[in-house]
Amino acid sequence: MSNKEKHWEKSKNHMIVTLVIWFFFSTVIFMFGAEINSMSFLGYPLAYYMTAQGSLLAFVVLIFWFANKQEGIDDECGFGEEDE
Amino acid sequence: MFKGGFIQNLPRIYGLYTGGFIVFIILMAILEQGGVSKEAIGIMFVAFTVCIYALIGWLSRTVQVDAYYVAGRQVPTVFNGMATAADWMSGASFVALAGGVYFGGYGYMAFLVGWTGGYVLVSTLLAPYLRKFGCYTVPDFIGTRYGGNGVRFCAVLVLVLASFTYVTAQINATGTIAARALQIPFELGVWVGLISILLCSMLGGMRAVTWTQVAQYIVLIIAYLIPVFWISNRIGGGVFPHLMLGDEVARITDLEQSFGLIKNSAADIKAAGVPGGLKSIAVSHTGVPEGGMAVWKYISLAMCMMIGTASLPHILMRYFTTPSVKQARKSVAWSLFFIFLLYSSAPMLATLSKISLMDPNLPTGIIGKPISAVMGIDWVQAWSAQKQVFIADFNGDGILQLNEWFMRTGVVVLATPEVAGLPYVISGLVAAGGMAAAMSTADGLVLAIANALSHDVYFKMVDPKADVRKRLIVARVLLVVIGAAGAYIASMRITSILGAVAWAFDFAMSGLFFPLVLGVWWKRATREGAIAGMLAGLAAGTAYLIYVYPKFMGNVWLSDLTGIDHLRFGMIGAPVCLVVMVIVSLMTKAPDAATQRMIDETRVPSGRAILGKQH
Repeated sequence: MSNKEKHWEKSKNHMIVTLVIWFFFSTVIFMFGAEINSMSFLGYPLAYYMTAQGSLLAFVVLIFWFANKQEGIDDECGFGEEDE
Repeated sequence: MFKGGFIQNLPRIYGLYTGGFIVFIILMAILEQGGVSKEAIGIMFVAFTVCIYALIGWLSRTVQVDAYYVAGRQVPTVFNGMATAADWMSGASFVALAGGVYFGGYGYMAFLVGWTGGYVLVSTLLAPYLRKFGCYTVPDFIGTRYGGNGVRFCAVLVLVLASFTYVTAQINATGTIAARALQIPFELGVWVGLISILLCSMLGGMRAVTWTQVAQYIVLIIAYLIPVFWISNRIGGGVFPHLMLGDEVARITDLEQSFGLIKNSAADIKAAGVPGGLKSIAVSHTGVPEGGMAVWKYISLAMCMMIGTASLPHILMRYFTTPSVKQARKSVAWSLFFIFLLYSSAPMLATLSKISLMDPNLPTGIIGKPISAVMGIDWVQAWSAQKQVFIADFNGDGILQLNEWFMRTGVVVLATPEVAGLPYVISGLVAAGGMAAAMSTADGLVLAIANALSHDVYFKMVDPKADVRKRLIVARVLLVVIGAAGAYIASMRITSILGAVAWAFDFAMSGLFFPLVLGVWWKRATREGAIAGMLAGLAAGTAYLIYVYPKFMGNVWLSDLTGIDHLRFGMIGAPVCLVVMVIVSLMTKAPDAATQRMIDETRVPSGRAILGKQH
């Protein structure tokens, strides 16, 4: 397998993992909104908290993690960019 | 003081700018104490900030194609993040979002998840690859990847439809705010708004828009956060409202029970003469509606907004301006961080606004008080005169009940500082913030449309031999024409702010999402497939919208049955686009070896861009 193929394979897997986490926070938990709302977090009902703040925060953390890890993959396969 | 170039000095320049703005706020506060009128303070806030943006726009003027279309590809990640956040957060986000949460509760907050979660798609699927491609516009990518003017033209068509739907709402918002702050009629306010927008973009294109958007972000975030923190501390909600309003949220639920959540009948509302667009609280603040249909409505709305986000050209093109692919990726993360600061504050503002009005123990509470006393309050009088709030004593007991108090959604942001007893300087600041939010989005949209028409239609199709000077003149003329067309339509007031905003997402996802994503991720996607997909997706989505929207054909039975109403018609368009695109692609000849190589190159971050620096 060439370097390019290896890089794309890894990038693809990284994309899939990221989107699975994204799907969990954007969709799966809200499928159970009514059920989890009786639980509480920071004093807020949980489903309310997630849609008002929790999922949003999860996305921010997720994208930073995604970008850092993808940079690692690029460097590892020799496709990293020089800093200017 | 300023050694080195402009880019190296950015933190210092914007630091000074922020400091200067804070000094301006303090100066206004002193003037207010000194007896200057509310009207004068409102005018100064809006006029001063707009002049600053115009100055930045003039300083960023350029005669280079690269600078005009992609800001010379030298915008650092954090600053591009701020610019994107301003580009993204529209007048509707700023003015109507908290009000939407206030009236719509949990179901409405699907917008919050949708308008942030979409950035995960932008970052993983599109932004870094489009940056590597080196295109000037989104249709530029589609046209080069699939090859040919036909496919390029289809992409321009979707772009114009989606962005134009959006831009009229933004110009409408600038008009509304300018009219209120400058005390002029709405129709005139729209044109004042348009001139301010053009001042920021005409001379410098993307470069000017970038640097004004950064300035606008700073104004709008200060204007949004100061009231939230101030009110929270004033009513004892906690130093840091985002983490500490749990008790207030629980208290609202108790108060809802004691006052009762009553949905007024349409006949009662009409008989009482409630002005159009005003609502009373009828949905629980934190309650989650039960049942499969409620879940589907929440998820489908969030999904539409997320996929729409990843297809909107005025957002994608912001990531063409970073120096490298790596920085494009990081810049998406910063964008979402800056957006998060405002979006996570909107539900807190809604909570604070509600508790201020509902809690009888607070001096600001009005629900449960005698109507004659409430009518005597200054802000109630001022906002009733503008038909923004209304009291209807349905049961005739002379006491204001929860279902007897009506407000327009925008009032939650615009009036809450006054309601909570903050000085007027904060209301002036909020008006300036709303103006910044609406202007920055309108700028990005008008530029996206004008660039697609000047680069993809004029330069690539009509006159490929045009020289730089001619191209930039055409680009600027188009900018003025499109802005004027948007302002003309906005001045006719066709639809409410938010209806139109959600439609833009649905149009974009119906026509552009899959052609863009498959262009990078599926080598087998062909030109014919892309054309068929875009047209079929757009046609299916639009047909569905016309069929179900109450003001068009109004077949509400179908949207009641499927749960897909006019806000979610992308749920029809995008799947049609995907299926048609895949089938037609598989039926036609696979892309040639040169195209395959081009896609391989797009997928690695290092190396030269696919399209040259000047093209």
